[in-house]
Formats: sequence, structure tokens, C-alpha cells
Amino acid sequence: MSAEKILSTDNITMRFGGLTAVSQLSLDIHSGEIIGLIGPNGAGKTTCFNMITGVYTPTKGRILFKGQDITGMRSNLITKEGIARTFQNIRLFQSMTVLENVMISKHVRLKANPLEAVLRLPRYTKARKENYEECMELLRQVGLDDVAHEMATSLPYGKQRRLEIARALATQPSLLLLDEPAAGMNPQESLDLMNFIKEIRDQFKLTILMIEHHMEVVMGICERITVLDYGVTIAQGNPAEIQNNQQVIEAYLGVVETNA
Amino acid sequence: MDNRKSIKTALTIAFLLVAVAALYWGDNNLSRFQLRILNLAAIFVILGASMNLVIGFSGMFSLGHAGFMCVGAYTAAILTMSPESKELIYYMEPIIPLLANVQWPVIPATLMAGVVAGIFGVLVGFPALRLRDDYLAIATLGFAEIIRIIVTNTISITNGALGLKNIPSEKSLLFYWGFGILTILVLKALINSSWGYAFKAIRDNEIAAEAMGISVFKHKMLSFSIGAFFAGIAGALMAYLITSIDPTMFRFLFTFQIVLIVVLGGMGSLTGSVIAGVVITIAMEWLRFVEQPMSLMGMDIPGIPGMRMVIFSLLLLIVVLFYRQGLMGTREFNWDWVLDKLGIAKSKEREVS
Amino acid sequence: MTLEIFLQNVANAISLGSLYALIAIGYTMVYGIIRLINFAHADLLMVAGYISFYGILIFAMPWWLAFLIAIALTTILGMAMEKLAYRPLRNAPRISALISAIGMSFLLQNLGIVLVGASPKPFPRPEGLVWNIHLGSVSFLSLTVIIPVITLLLLAAVYLVVNKTNTGIAMRAVSRDFETASLMAVDVNKVVVTTFAVGSGLAAVGGIMWSLQYPQIDPLMGVFPGLKCFIAAVMGGIGSVPGAMIGGFILGIGEIMLVAFMPELSGYRDAFAFVVLILILLFKPGGILGDHVVEKV
Repeated sequence: MSAEKILSTDNITMRFGGLTAVSQLSLDIHSGEIIGLIGPNGAGKTTCFNMITGVYTPTKGRILFKGQDITGMRSNLITKEGIARTFQNIRLFQSMTVLENVMISKHVRLKANPLEAVLRLPRYTKARKENYEECMELLRQVGLDDVAHEMATSLPYGKQRRLEIARALATQPSLLLLDEPAAGMNPQESLDLMNFIKEIRDQFKLTILMIEHHMEVVMGICERITVLDYGVTIAQGNPAEIQNNQQVIEAYLGVVETNA
Repeated sequence: MDNRKSIKTALTIAFLLVAVAALYWGDNNLSRFQLRILNLAAIFVILGASMNLVIGFSGMFSLGHAGFMCVGAYTAAILTMSPESKELIYYMEPIIPLLANVQWPVIPATLMAGVVAGIFGVLVGFPALRLRDDYLAIATLGFAEIIRIIVTNTISITNGALGLKNIPSEKSLLFYWGFGILTILVLKALINSSWGYAFKAIRDNEIAAEAMGISVFKHKMLSFSIGAFFAGIAGALMAYLITSIDPTMFRFLFTFQIVLIVVLGGMGSLTGSVIAGVVITIAMEWLRFVEQPMSLMGMDIPGIPGMRMVIFSLLLLIVVLFYRQGLMGTREFNWDWVLDKLGIAKSKEREVS
Repeated sequence: MTLEIFLQNVANAISLGSLYALIAIGYTMVYGIIRLINFAHADLLMVAGYISFYGILIFAMPWWLAFLIAIALTTILGMAMEKLAYRPLRNAPRISALISAIGMSFLLQNLGIVLVGASPKPFPRPEGLVWNIHLGSVSFLSLTVIIPVITLLLLAAVYLVVNKTNTGIAMRAVSRDFETASLMAVDVNKVVVTTFAVGSGLAAVGGIMWSLQYPQIDPLMGVFPGLKCFIAAVMGGIGSVPGAMIGGFILGIGEIMLVAFMPELSGYRDAFAFVVLILILLFKPGGILGDHVVEKV
């Protein structure tokens, strides 16, 4: 992978009072990669996402995105810079349809002011119409166009996950963070999801960082993997290296007594 | 789809024409008492709808509406009163020279009342909107009280606790309902716009909204100050309707009545606020007879309500305990529904606005 | 300012602070457990005041009996309120419960107006309880001593209940984590209703002492003290009993001293509490003794 570095975290640490949720995490992600972030529950994976997306400001360390320091920037501005995310517990806008959920992502880039919107002046209506077309196209690409006008929360679980990804894609990110996209899926659905993730990576020229517990998914599509345990990075490498790493096995299965 | 769209535009225009004709007729044929109640209803419709923007559509439980209304009422009163009556009324302390000789026409004064209230909205929102839920409620309630206390104490501007009298009166239905209808049209357009969806996104899930790139604080501020703007307009109208105002009018009790309208109509439905605004206003007047059978022509603002308020408190409790959706839930009146029922020009595709 | 007037102000400040503290505890306990601002808590003061009033004047009871009955009835009212207006909304959006609380508060106030009339009534000061104490050139009411003493005794009792008894442990468990507590076989309903009972009982005592200290009662008498005591609870750190006490004293003393030292601001006396509230919420939202919880993402 000779591509440029898109995201790097330089020893980021997050402390909540006395608890260190993430300690000195250094990630380097290159353009076009799919990277896995794994670890047992409470290892600090989501906290790491929250730092990258500006929900939390790291206690220490720096985050660089495309060479720019984004440490402590507000979430919405980071989204604007080109990092989008999904959530572990699905966070769709429950009062809206599938299409409306996706169209929210276009709001920040709308080039019109509220007055133009209220009076439905041409600049606003034109922009909205373009947004509408773009979002319908996006829904077509991810296979949700047939349910565009359904209420988002009426979709089956798998499609809700897909919609969350579509909604994130609509913000036109170059880096996409997926927080347990396969959670609650059966093997077939997981397989579909893997293909879907690869497809959108190629189609939308994305870089993907994902947290996942389903090992088939992680080992199947991630090019490199970082393993966290109690906030500490215990291993980094490709799937084969990770699978054979003694420390990783211990972290997942508990310490194996060797001097029996 | 185009076919249906033009039908809908035609229906809206027809509706507005009929409304204007009806208001005109009303102005010429209804009694003063009836006009007064209907005008009051228009004011409560504006209050209910604008508070619903803040509470129902944007998910901010603000209890500060009476405070912004107070600001609007005083702004409009001071701007429209004649210099002579100001000289007469401000006998404790003369009014500051800057305001002594201004006398604006009613419409610009009303808009100015909205603008000043909107500015207060920004000032209050700046600290308060960092808070959520019940903390926001109590902080906005606090700010409304602070506004009232300031108004009571800045005698050279507001004439303090004595209040203002001889505010130029407006009596026409067209005037009050003109503002009422305009408010509804503006709020409806706003709520159905990209901004309205941004408000709803923040209400539904603040964290997800922020992850979609929406600046939560900026949008809360926008919604909150637009709410304050319309509360200010309603305050101005209130001043013209009753022609004398004082700070005690704008107590929490007033906000309570608006909350009742919002909850009864449905949090998140403008249609609901319009219906509930009219119904509650009329019920309030009607129940006045129950309470004081002697003063049939009770023209003054209620002194201390008793039985009426017991009934309204019970109504609020019953609605919130058993019919949490209110009359309309989050549904809105729209022509599509009417046309669907009639089976005219069906269209599958939805439009975006 | 002479020394006498200063001492007078100190005495006033301490009794006002004690009253605020006592009432604030009810708010803080209820909020700590079900995260609800019980707007109607304030109106319990009024209810207790009126029951005592009628007990003494109409039914010619001895004052202590009237007070006991007032406390008992107010406690029952508080429990009934929880069951009727708040329990059905426990899993509803927080706004709904808050609206219910506002409705309850207005209901009590206006029932008060309907039943006893809106005009203020002079509250009797029983001779056995209220007399003048002369200390050198300073003279003050016995209440100035009685109120803080009763407050401190009740605070100590609440503190012991919350920290030493099983019920108290259950209360703290529920306030930490409602769901887990119920999974751990804590009878949540019982805990909540006990909390309301204790809070309402304290509100009743507060209401009676308030009526004695400021001997004029009317159906809206609870509104301002209620708001201020909620503010005191927030200031001290909502959910914390010692916090409510500290908040109550700071607010009471601050208010009296503001008026004493800056009489030109006396018109703004009622605004003082709100300004304090807003500053606290902005700069230390967890309050003096509280911890601030952030939403989990």
C-alpha cells in the first residue's frame, strides 16, 4: 500500500477521572485501506471513535486527518472535513423516512439561508432538488431506494444498519468509521455486509476503520488490524499475524497457564 | 405529480381568499365581545405554534415564552403610544428622552417587537441552550422571571409595576388573524424546509445530528430565537388587544396556558396548536361564565382564575397521562390527505420542499 | 449598618437558609431517584400551611396536634401524587413527566384558590412556640433558634436514614442505576414512594415553619420558595442531601445579605436566585457536591 496517509493518531490517551479508557493509541491509516479495531468489551474501541470524531477531546496526543490537526475539533466540523461514522446502538432519526434521514446529511452543504428556504426562493429549491436526486441515487446504489419513503425505524434491523451507513456516506466522507456494523447479524447477513463494505469502499473511494466482534468479518476484509485491551494497544498487524499472536489469544480467552 | 401540485396551490389560494373574506365579514358582523375572543384566539395560536416550534419540533423544553412575550408587548406599547400619553403615564419617573417622542405605526412596531424579543431570545439562548431537558426548562423559566423582574425595576423605560395604559387599540379580525395566518405559513414553510428537518434531527438524536455535520448549538439557537420572535409578535398583539399591560400579566401562568395548548394539540403538530389555540381560548372565556356568572361582559384580563384553572390543570394531566399524543400527535393537516380521500389526481412520488 | 441590624440580618439569613435547606432536600431526593423536577413539591408547603391553619383556628386543636396532622396528610398527598401523576410516566419521555409535574402544581394551587380563596390569611403564631427573646439590646423571635435546630435535627435524621438503613441503601442504589437496582430485587416502587413520603414530610415541616416565620398564607405561597429551593438543590449538587443543605444556606444567606448590603438592588431580590442558578448550570453543572454525568455514546 503506497497510498498517502489519511489519518494518524499520535499517542492519543483518554482519561475519565481515574479511569484510562484509551492509552497512547497510535494508528496510521492509508488511503483506501480497510482497518479493523478489535478487542474485548470495554477495551476502549468506541472511545477511540469518539476521539477521532470529536465527541471527546483526547486528554493527550494529537489526531491528524489529511495532514491537518483535528484534535478537539467539534464533531460537526470533523464531519465536514470528511470523517463520517455509524453508531454501535443505531441512532436513526426516528421521526423521518429513509430518504429524509439521508437528506439530513446534505443540510450543512446547502448553499441557501433560512429566509430563502422559508420563501422557497430558486437558489434553495434548486439545491434541494439536487440533494434529492443525489440522495435517491445513493439509496439506489445501496439498495434502499424501494423503501425510500418508509419510516426509517420500520425497516428490518439489517436494513437499518445499512441505512446508517448510507446516511454516513451521504456526508461525502473520505474516511468512514463503522462501529460494529455486523452486530446482531447471522452468518449470511454478515457475508452480505462484508461484500457491501468492500463495494462501497471501491465505489466511493473510501478508507474504512471498523470496530467489529465478528471475527469472520474482521479477518475476511480487514487488511490490517489493531487490538486493544483495557485501552492499551496489544498488537498491530495483518489478520494472519493477529490470529497467531499469543497476547491477543490471552486477551480474548484469558491467560493460559503455561507452567502446569 | 404536477397536476396534483397545481391543485394544491389552487386550494391553498382559495382557502386564503375564503379566510380573508370570512375575516372581513366577521369584522363587520360580529359583536365586540366575539371579536375580542377571536382576536385573543389568534394570539394564542401564534403563541402555541411558536412554542411548538421550540418544544415539539426542536425538542427544547423551554418555559420562557411569557418572558419573550413580555418583551414584545412592552416594545410595541412604548413604540406606538403617543408622546402625550407617555408624559401622562410615566409620573413616577419620566420616560428616558430617547423613547419619549417616538410614535411608530402599528405594523413596524409589531415587527420591531418581534425583533427585540428575538434578540432577547439570542441573549437567553446563549447560556441556556447549553442545557437540556428539565435543566433547560428551569433555566428558561428563570430567565422569564428575570425579564419580568427587570421590566418591573427599569421604571424610566417601562413605568415599572404601574404598567402602561392607553396603548393604541386594534380591533379588527383581519389584523390579528393576518398575523396569525402569516405566522403559521412561515412556521410551516420553515418546518418543512431543510432547516426544519435539521431541528427534528436534533430532537430525535442530538449526537447523530452532530455526526451528520449539523451544528447543534447554532440550530437550537435559530429555532429558539425564531420562537422568541413570534412570542414577541404575540406580545405586541396582546398589548393592542387589551391596551394596558403590566409585568404581572406575564407570569409563569401564561406560559402554562401555552404549554397546555402545545400538549393538547400535539407536540410536533402545527395543526394541533392552531386547533388547540382556538379551542382553549374559547373554553377559557366560556368557563369564565362558570366561574363568575355575574360578569358576563368580563372585559378585563382575568384577575385570579380559580375553577377554570383547576379544569385546565386537570385537562393537562389527563392529556399527558392518557393521551400523550394530544389531538394530532405529529400529524398535520394537508391537502394530500383531503385529495386522497376524494381520490383526486393520485401521485405516488412524494415531493421535497 | 449598626451591629444590631447586622445581627438581625444574620438571624434572618440563618432561618431563611434553614427553611430553604429543608425544602431543597425533598427536591434533591426526588430528582436523585427519578430525575424529575417535582414542581408540585412547592405547593405541598401551602397544603401543610392551610391544614395547620384550619386545624388551629377552625377545629381548635392544640398547635402540635394540628402540625402533626398537617405533616401526616401532606405526606399522604405526596405519596398519592407519585402514584397518580408520576408513576404512569416513569418510562415516558422526560418532558411528559415534567409536564405532569407542572400540571400537578397548577392543580394544587388552583384547588387551593377554589377551596380557601385567593386572598392571604394571617397564620396564627401559637404562644407556646413563638415568643420574643431579649439578648442585651438585640431582640429576636424564638423561631430564629427553633427553625435552624429543627432543620439540623431533620437533616441529621435524613442523613442517617439514607446512609445507615436498608431503605437508604436501596434509595442510593436506585438513584445510581434504576434498572440494575430493579434487577437486583430492589422494590423500586417502594423506594420511590418512600422517597416521596420523606420529601413531602419535610416539605410539610418546611411549610409550617415558613408560615410561622412569614405569618401570612395564600394558595400561591409555595411558588417562589419552591423555585428557589430547587435552585438550592441544583447548587448543592442534585441528588446530594448535604449538597441541598449547603445550597439552601448559601442561597438564603446570599439573598438576605444582598438586600442588607445593597438595598438599592432589593427589587432584584427574586432575580438573585435565578442568576445564581444560571451561573451554576453553566460553570459547574454538577453543583458543589455533585458529579456530572455525560451521555454515553
